[in-house]
Amino acid sequence: MAELKDLQYTAEHEWILVEGSVATVGITAYAADKLGDIVFVDLPKAGSTVAEGKVVGEIESTKSVGELFAPVNGTVVEANEAVSSSPELVNSDPFGEGWLIKVEFTELPPLLTFDEYTALTGE
Amino acid sequence: MTDAPVTEPRRSPLHDIHVEAGASFTDFAGWFMPVRYSSDLAEHHAVRTAAGIFDISHMAEISVSGADAGAFLDHALAGLISSVPLLKAKYSLILEASGGILDDLIVYHTAEGEYLVVANAGNRDVVVAALQDRSADFDVELTDLTDDIVLIAVQGPASRAILDATEGLAVDAIDELKYYACAAATFAGSEKDSTDVLVARTGYTGEDGYELYIDVADAPALWAALATAGASRGLVPAGLASRDTLRLEAGMPLYGHELGLDTLPEQAGLGRVVNLTKDFVGKHGIEAGPADDARVLVGLVSEGKRAGRAGYPVMSGETEVGTVTSGALSPTLGYPIAMAYVSRDVSEPGTALDIDVRGSRVAASVVRLPFYKREAN
Repeated sequence: MAELKDLQYTAEHEWILVEGSVATVGITAYAADKLGDIVFVDLPKAGSTVAEGKVVGEIESTKSVGELFAPVNGTVVEANEAVSSSPELVNSDPFGEGWLIKVEFTELPPLLTFDEYTALTGE
Repeated sequence: MTDAPVTEPRRSPLHDIHVEAGASFTDFAGWFMPVRYSSDLAEHHAVRTAAGIFDISHMAEISVSGADAGAFLDHALAGLISSVPLLKAKYSLILEASGGILDDLIVYHTAEGEYLVVANAGNRDVVVAALQDRSADFDVELTDLTDDIVLIAVQGPASRAILDATEGLAVDAIDELKYYACAAATFAGSEKDSTDVLVARTGYTGEDGYELYIDVADAPALWAALATAGASRGLVPAGLASRDTLRLEAGMPLYGHELGLDTLPEQAGLGRVVNLTKDFVGKHGIEAGPADDARVLVGLVSEGKRAGRAGYPVMSGETEVGTVTSGALSPTLGYPIAMAYVSRDVSEPGTALDIDVRGSRVAASVVRLPFYKREAN
């Protein structure tokens, strides 16, 4: 698990870990807490093309449904099969084992720093 | 306190206890109530297998007393309340003249000529006003006790053992206390005179359990004593998220979802709650009956993990035949369940329908409610 300070964030409560040209994407602990116990995760398949800001997946808790937005333009290189079979990983380890997709990109849009994101959530 | 802005959600008298326990809160019917403490799934399972303790202080309690109390409630509500024996409870409805549902209620016959009416938080003002309005010709006194009473629910198979082990709590003849009955009790908190408690064997979870009505001042001590007694018996504090999935599995309606002004009791499967042998507000509407094409409440079950949720269309082929009113992936059963209003011609158990889940079809089968029924002990 990377340091939270080293991650980038979106206003839609996603975190992005950039390694070379691949962005690993998950939702923040704040978002997971707000959703409650996550019971179903629907992720895009490897090889699918995603567009920044567009809904590419769903994260369902017992109470509600959260949408997963693609934070970058690119191609999904891997979806986390572990969270598809064990969605509770998103609650128990949102910044680690609970990652959702890896996206190969050519250009990174402006994202939020850790400080900017925590200012947004007030936590 | 009275000049607080009306938009500010009210806090339960037990608020500090919930904060201490790490609760997340939600605004529910104008109240700032615990939605979960840690995991709503864990809280749900605890109630099914051991016990959960809920703060439901937002519920409205209205005392009805006087020589005509029974006759008044027969007039004001859909059920025959005057026939409810002393220390028994009855589930009832308060209807508008058209027969539409103003609220669903529990009525306790607490003493000779005294009843306690428990209404939903969001309908408190409507119910108090309707009762006042209907009381003109009766010798009764109505008192809204909501602000004076805290309601604590202890639900789950370990509930009885927890009540027995709760220091300072003494319930009259608890061995005789049957489902949908109530008993007088006393609670002696630390260094205090004992206070009266009403203990009812009722709930909203589909499990055995109790609801305890107590003065605001003594409520934190009672909560603490219950929690202490429950600590070794699997009791956890439980929030409104688990309360909702528990009641959904038990097929219990929630006002604003399954019940409303545009719903007649029969459509909601509550025809049995209405007693047509007497006169009451709403009787004419009930006798006229719902329109032939009125939708009726059914249960829907699906395979997989994707649940229909309130507002999602129910389809039969390409025809929209209904709407989901509540739905979730059932924590106990492991598959999606939903309650929905559908056309009568597709309401028979076994009928194959689809739920439109955000643009994709999920196959669903009509079933009888409830989805979950606890094993008789």
